[in-house]
Amino acid sequence: MEAFIIVIAGILVTIGVYMLLSKQLLRIILGTALLTHAAHLTLMAVGGLKKGAPPLLDEAATKYTDPIPQALILTSIVISFALTAFVLVLGYRAYVRIRFEDMQQLKGYEDE
Amino acid sequence: MSPIVLAVFFPFVSALIVPILFKVLRRIHTGWFVLAVPVLLFGFFIRFYPIDGPEDIVVQSAAWIPRLDIEFAIVLDSLSLLFALLITGMGCLVVLYSIFYLSKEREALHNFYVYLLLFMGSMLGAVLSDHMLVLYTFWELTSISSFLLIAYWYQRRNSRYGALKSLLITMTGGFAMLLGMLMLRAATGTYSIRGTIALADTLAEHPLFVPAMALILLGAFAKSAQFPFHIWLPDAMEAPTPISAYLHSATMVKAGIYLVARLTPIFGGHPEWSWSIAIVGLLTLLWGSFTAIRQVDLKAMLAFSTVSQLGLIMSLLGVGSMALAPDAANGQAVLLSGAVAAALFHLVNHSIFKGCLFMVIGILDHELGTRDIRRLGGLAAVMPVSFTLTVIGAFSMAGLPPFGGFISKEMFFTGMLDAYRTLEGWTLLLPAVAWLASVLTFVYCMILVFRVFTGPKPEELPDKPPHEAAFGMLISPSVLAAAVVLLFFAPNVLSGTILKPSMRAILPQAAEAADGFHVHLAPWHGLTTEVGMTAGVVLAGAYLYRRRHWLERVRDFVPWRWTLNRLFDRTLAGMERISLKFTRFYMTGFTGHYYAYIFGFLILLAGGALLALEAWQFDFSDNAPVELYEYALGISIVASAVYMLFTRSRIASIIALSAIGYLVALLFIIFRAPDLALTQFVVETISTALFLLCFVFWPKLKDEDVRMPFRVTRLLVSVGTGAVVTLIGLAAIAPRPFESIARFFENSDELAGARNIVNAILVDFRGFDTMLEIVVLFMAGLGVYSLIRFGREGRKDG
Repeated sequence: MEAFIIVIAGILVTIGVYMLLSKQLLRIILGTALLTHAAHLTLMAVGGLKKGAPPLLDEAATKYTDPIPQALILTSIVISFALTAFVLVLGYRAYVRIRFEDMQQLKGYEDE
Repeated sequence: MSPIVLAVFFPFVSALIVPILFKVLRRIHTGWFVLAVPVLLFGFFIRFYPIDGPEDIVVQSAAWIPRLDIEFAIVLDSLSLLFALLITGMGCLVVLYSIFYLSKEREALHNFYVYLLLFMGSMLGAVLSDHMLVLYTFWELTSISSFLLIAYWYQRRNSRYGALKSLLITMTGGFAMLLGMLMLRAATGTYSIRGTIALADTLAEHPLFVPAMALILLGAFAKSAQFPFHIWLPDAMEAPTPISAYLHSATMVKAGIYLVARLTPIFGGHPEWSWSIAIVGLLTLLWGSFTAIRQVDLKAMLAFSTVSQLGLIMSLLGVGSMALAPDAANGQAVLLSGAVAAALFHLVNHSIFKGCLFMVIGILDHELGTRDIRRLGGLAAVMPVSFTLTVIGAFSMAGLPPFGGFISKEMFFTGMLDAYRTLEGWTLLLPAVAWLASVLTFVYCMILVFRVFTGPKPEELPDKPPHEAAFGMLISPSVLAAAVVLLFFAPNVLSGTILKPSMRAILPQAAEAADGFHVHLAPWHGLTTEVGMTAGVVLAGAYLYRRRHWLERVRDFVPWRWTLNRLFDRTLAGMERISLKFTRFYMTGFTGHYYAYIFGFLILLAGGALLALEAWQFDFSDNAPVELYEYALGISIVASAVYMLFTRSRIASIIALSAIGYLVALLFIIFRAPDLALTQFVVETISTALFLLCFVFWPKLKDEDVRMPFRVTRLLVSVGTGAVVTLIGLAAIAPRPFESIARFFENSDELAGARNIVNAILVDFRGFDTMLEIVVLFMAGLGVYSLIRFGREGRKDG
């Protein structure tokens, strides 16, 4: 299971990086979202999967799934969500103000 | 603080007061106050004269950075004293001369004298230091103050060019010298020059010995304007004439010579050292004297003559250092050491007559408004004093009796002939080159005297009517001219008291072996080969001077564009062009390229480490089994992601992304992570809504609904990154070597009163993270708000 998830995360990384290298801003943002998913899946897999009950003490279980990666991923989800929201609005403002077609037009000044 | 250390810092402290004096006492020329500094210092140093034996050497020091073994260690031996007296003595005369040369109304005198005092202090520090790093510090300070002085008239383009050039060349040399000194330190373990000299015997076997020698020589050659680093000196002539006289003839350019002389006990006797100095010196001598004839600007002519005379002194030091060769017999050593005496004697001589000549040229420039040889002529009757001074200086430079230069020229020939007598073979070239260069020297000296002061009045008259200079301006050159004559009639004033002990400082081993030196200077020493050579120089020189229209044709034979200046300028411009090209090449401004560099390095470094450390040992024994529906979920995620690559429509890719998000949430359920699944569902929903919101407002772009173009480099970078990440992940899921700390958190009920372990971690065990995560969310909200709010206002304004 772990190896399978890691391979899926690797494929997500591949596609995410390919989109990051593209010229359209929207595709770049989508690429970062893919990378986020890949990171979460990797974190989960490295922590070990299906090794016990959900980390809720109500259940009469002897062994629980590792709760630490879950807490980390929960934090990460929120932060990446905040960033995605900000970048989306930033991109939107940039489109409205500058009306650029692709990233190559965002090159700054000649004598920079 | 010992008195000599204080003496070194005296000019620096005085430099602080100069601007105040300039502002407060405007009616008195600031130079009069400054004059006190070199006069006091000269008086201070003359008290040590003469330093005869080792018992007279003064060693003093003051702490600076004791933990790094750095201190102001000062050694005043005869060689240092010789330079200190030159620096302070010439300093007196130059300051006196500058008082009459620079107008107190029109010139920024406070800058001038601050820089000059800085220079004087650093030069004193350089020649007195025993600690190599302190020597280097003062050495660079002389470069900096020289830079400031050359660009004194900073409104002029040529001044700035000359200052920059001299700074680049001398700083590069200085940096090489620093490296060489650090290598010496690595070899010996001491920074002290005296300490290194004491270890000189064992040093030669060290592998860093020859590199250190080469680097230090590079520094000395760059400072002393040796071929091919001499090109900065003619351009430094844009400085005011007192500066040219002081720095660029008498003191700073002799710093390299001082360094060579000072370190000869360490490196001398090794053929690499002796021959590179001798050959570079002779080359500089010949090239400088040949180029000097070609100049039409008097100062440029003097600059090249300085270059050639420095080459002369250098070559003598090189020949003289052969006296330290271990296989040199006693008689040979004594013979060769005569060259060192000649070098020291000519060093003094050159400072004096070149200072005098520069001051006279300065007078011409000051009184006539031009230094162009073609616009001067027939001035002897109008400016008799200047004419006399020029004759004395130039004849001394040409090596004619009854002036000091005659003796040093004879000694120079003796030194070169002795080299031939002891070494034989091809070394006959040494006296031959020396003789040829002396002929050329004679020619430009004659041009300097007769072309400027005799002959017909030129067609293009100077800017101002010719008249004799003010009395005050003539004092300093007259004193120097008197010294030139004195050195001929009483040369032994110097020989016993300062030359012999200095030679002992330069050649200590040979001094012991040869039982001391016998330096006997006399204006006439019988009918020798040297006298014959001088007669030949005069005859050939006079002939060449008479036939100089023919010589002018020869000098045009070497085209101007072959000069090293052109090479320097081209190299500088070329370096700028190449770096610009290189920067333009990789700084494209397109984020995709930068991402490619970043991921490329990730692949190289992480992938390389994976390979090099053999970290990819996979062990899947601990893996959980995979159910069919889990395969289905995973494959759906991959399929959605691949679909995002190939879809033309942006709305389809947004939907595919949210599909991935929901599928990941489903995976979280399988992974027994209820809180994660919950959050993921909610966040994915909001993100999708946001994406769609943006989609509504984002303008329609012309290539929006185009499929992502295929690029091989992008594919390589992304596949490489994915592969590296996957391999690292696969290597990481091997069974854990250590037990997880997760079991601790199963006490959450007892410790925190919480049954949901994940939530207990978030708000209790690791609540600090959560607080900052809330801050992140808050800041993002604030950012979004201000972007939308103030962005609109900005649009209204724009």
